[in-house]
Amino acid sequence: MKSFKSLFLFGMVFISVFAQAQFSQKPLPYSKESLEPYIDAATMDIHYNKHHAAYVTNLNKALEGKTDAPKTIEELLANVSKCSPAVRNNGGGHFNHELFWSILSAEKTAPSPKLEKAIIDAFGDVNAMKEAVNKAGLTQFGSGWSWLYVNSDGKLAVCSTPNQDNPLMDVCQCKGIPVLGIDVWEHAYYLKYQNKRADYLNNIWNIINWNQVSENYEMALRKINM
Amino acid sequence: MAFKLADLPYAYDALTPYIDARTMEIHHTKHHAAYTNNLNAAIDGTEWADMSILDIFKNVSKASPAIRNNGGGFYNHNLFWENMTPNAMTTPSEQMNIHKAIMRDFGSFENFKKEFSAAAATRFGSGWAWLCVDNSDKLFITSTPNQDNPLMDIAEKKGTPVLALDVWEHAYYLHYQNRRPDYIEAFFNVINWHEVTKRYNDANEGASNF
Repeated sequence: MKSFKSLFLFGMVFISVFAQAQFSQKPLPYSKESLEPYIDAATMDIHYNKHHAAYVTNLNKALEGKTDAPKTIEELLANVSKCSPAVRNNGGGHFNHELFWSILSAEKTAPSPKLEKAIIDAFGDVNAMKEAVNKAGLTQFGSGWSWLYVNSDGKLAVCSTPNQDNPLMDVCQCKGIPVLGIDVWEHAYYLKYQNKRADYLNNIWNIINWNQVSENYEMALRKINM
Repeated sequence: MAFKLADLPYAYDALTPYIDARTMEIHHTKHHAAYTNNLNAAIDGTEWADMSILDIFKNVSKASPAIRNNGGGFYNHNLFWENMTPNAMTTPSEQMNIHKAIMRDFGSFENFKKEFSAAAATRFGSGWAWLCVDNSDKLFITSTPNQDNPLMDIAEKKGTPVLALDVWEHAYYLHYQNRRPDYIEAFFNVINWHEVTKRYNDANEGASNF
């Protein structure tokens, strides 16, 4: 009995010392063909099953033994300046792709009245917002992302980040909560669009899941006002 | 003085199966051409217009991002095309100075290949891997983000590049997709060691170490 008890205690200590965050990919919320013709099935397949999967594997590997690292991806990104490049790159890669899959959809949707009003307040109209996101994506030299995000004043804004950085990171020049992110790494579009990043950016507006973006906007406002 | 896009020193399909013809054609006629045109547009009518590309790099910290990015893109691709050939030796011949320098500074060709491949594989995002010679005639390996290169005054490690490998996804994605390590391994089948040793000799003009 006594040995059971000590084994149990040992087990508890073992778990608490070695407990670390383990991240995993959510399944794609649609089939890899469903965003055709704007994003082709081969790109979706490789992007989700190879690139995103590698970020998750490498993130978990980078966190091995780091028992004091934050357990949620948001907390991790908010403290990323204290982490290794591997955590920054792969943690960003994981979060960004989870967001990206969720804000795409083959279904026709529209921004909620509240999101639409915020877009008009910040950019004049929805088209001007799209142009701002496209311009940020087009002028991000090399690999990176274009973002529509809620800044600390609770206003919508647009920026771009290099590589797998994002506005949740304490190292990011534009800080806030992203509600929509467009991947402009060449792997996101090269099989179909090659060097024509502008065409990819124009086309992606046909497959935005505005229900999700509207929900992200509500959640971002709640977090900013907390 | 406008910079000109040079023809490739071989056909677009010459490097198959290691680099496919479609990648070579788009890379040259779209990506490299755009860097060249954008560089010319960025320097047109400015104090940079009459400078050599090497002088631009020496002062690039004072230049616009457009000059830095497109100047690098223009020059790096020139080096890249020229340091590949369909008639490649898999290793430099023993008489070549680059062979002697690799042995001296890396111990073996395999050590050099391993270090160069690691630099190319671990460059996160877009960029280049380089074999360079420093001003005390020593070879070193480095990598740079985007279209930066070791000739730029902003480079972390400065030197004269003798071998360049493009690891932007556009350099390999149509054929290799996410498998950058396979592309890096394939590159070793198309290196023009005659060109690399020539660059090494030129970088050390006057010095006769071997």
